[in-house]
Amino acid sequence: MTDQSAVSGIVSGYRRAIAKRIVIVVIATIALCTTILIDIVSGPYDASIGRVLHVILQPSVATVNENVVIWDLRLPVALMAVAVGAMLGVAGAEMQTILNNPLADPFTLGLSSAASFGAALAIVLGLSILPGVGGLFVTVNAFLMAMVASLGLFAFTRLRGVSPEAMILVGIAMLFTFNALLMLLQYGATELQLAQLIFWQMGSLARATWEKVGICLLVLAVVMPYFLWKSWALTALRMGEDKAAALGVNVSALRLGVFAGVSLLSAVAVSFVGAIAFVGLVGPHIARMVVGEDQRGFLPLSALCGALILSGTSIVSKSITPGIVYPIGMITSLIGIPFFVSLILTQRKRHWQ
Amino acid sequence: MKGLRVEGIDFAYGRRTILHGVGFEPLEPGHLTALIGPNASGKSTLFRVISGLLKPKSGQVHLDQLNLDKLSARKRLQKICFMPQFFTANAALTVFEVVMMAQKQLRGLKVKSADIDAVAKALHDGGIGHLAEAYISELSGGQSQMVSVVQALVRRSDVYLFDEPTSALDLRHQLDVLARIKGTMAARGAIGVVALHDLNLAARFADHLILLGEGRVLAEGPPADVLRSDAISRTYAVDIEITEGPRKDLLVHAY
Repeated sequence: MTDQSAVSGIVSGYRRAIAKRIVIVVIATIALCTTILIDIVSGPYDASIGRVLHVILQPSVATVNENVVIWDLRLPVALMAVAVGAMLGVAGAEMQTILNNPLADPFTLGLSSAASFGAALAIVLGLSILPGVGGLFVTVNAFLMAMVASLGLFAFTRLRGVSPEAMILVGIAMLFTFNALLMLLQYGATELQLAQLIFWQMGSLARATWEKVGICLLVLAVVMPYFLWKSWALTALRMGEDKAAALGVNVSALRLGVFAGVSLLSAVAVSFVGAIAFVGLVGPHIARMVVGEDQRGFLPLSALCGALILSGTSIVSKSITPGIVYPIGMITSLIGIPFFVSLILTQRKRHWQ
Repeated sequence: MKGLRVEGIDFAYGRRTILHGVGFEPLEPGHLTALIGPNASGKSTLFRVISGLLKPKSGQVHLDQLNLDKLSARKRLQKICFMPQFFTANAALTVFEVVMMAQKQLRGLKVKSADIDAVAKALHDGGIGHLAEAYISELSGGQSQMVSVVQALVRRSDVYLFDEPTSALDLRHQLDVLARIKGTMAARGAIGVVALHDLNLAARFADHLILLGEGRVLAEGPPADVLRSDAISRTYAVDIEITEGPRKDLLVHAY
């Protein structure tokens, strides 16, 4: 083989890989649009897909009932599932990247349990950390506690230098601390409060509103461009700190910046829908298995996988028993885990060894 | 004043001093210098100081007229390409992708046609064209070392620092890689420094040797002089004899 044809062979191989990546992202986007539509169509009020599309594209044709069911109830839930799924997917992906650990997600670092503790403060003690937020105080408490947990991690890393192992360990310490505090509150709670608290922790999309959807999309719109802008640096970080630093990446600044973005994503997501396990862990893993870790494919696909998982979960949560919407937290785990295990078992390449 | 000038570098990790006033004659463009010395003599630390990843307590690094300490870390690392000894290879990244990362060197999101062509050519020239689509997690130690070398050579820098580029390679690839590094330095008029443990390879490929021991430069000059100096036996704490090989090359024997 001549040099020239060997080189052009390598070039076309890479172009094929890029084309494949684009096709996969497009397919995932189409799949997501489909699940959103199914999510809006499914439920106790019967409406055909055609009618739903018509009402969405041309709101003026809707009857009063359709307006309430589709615009006020189902669309916010369907979009909330997508937004929160994407946020958790992206948050998990970048946590795994900056901490160089396949198990990192908003749970491992204690952000979810901090949020649960914040919610418990509101539900059990009626305590609002930030006064004057009215009926939103459960959400606001959860958000603030999650941010406090992040700040704690942040401060720690400033003190001790940013080593990923230390961050994971401190995250786990946070997790247990907040769980213990949560149990303390649960111990003193009334039965009603306990029920409320457990329901909150199970995760639910039922609390979705247009405002919350808007906030989620806004946070995504702020954080995603930053992550994309840093995508070469983040890709480089996966080859080790040394290598990244030699390429000119300021590793500790990158870690702190990305960590701030990830904290915001997880805190907002968790405070709005409660503790949803699994999406932040598995979304990125699926993306990694499919397109690898070049951030230009990995980041969008992690967002799409997270969104797909949660959107699918939202459909399932309504379809098991007609008339009942199950908490999504348990469903994400129940459906997701067999799927995830089968992916691991069929996966030929072994990363993270 | 041409070349890379390193003067009076002192460096310590906390109280443990690693480099004591390290400096040497200016390194000339187009030449390959081998940095030799026992384990823990400060070779990697010196590379990190030159590339700006570590800040020395005192001392300066100049490239031609330019004081490198005046540059931002990013700018400095564009002029000085440092290849660390190891990289973590558990990522789901293909060989092509990691070389592309080096080619882009954090500049701009978009991959242009010219970038793709440059990476493909570098992979082919580096003898790892067949690995382009392999994941780095699947490579052997030697293969990932060759990827590292290609990552370094795909970049256009004025100075190239290679930390042990051949430690995991078989005989043929050791010769290939060092010949390619030497040829590239000559062709680009770049300054090359390789840290080597194998004195025979150093004798064969380097234009110039620097012997480092316990954080000090103990000898420098043409390979024939440095290898025959007393300092070398003392530094390695072994007896060293030099003979001439069948092709007029120097052979280093250690006893």
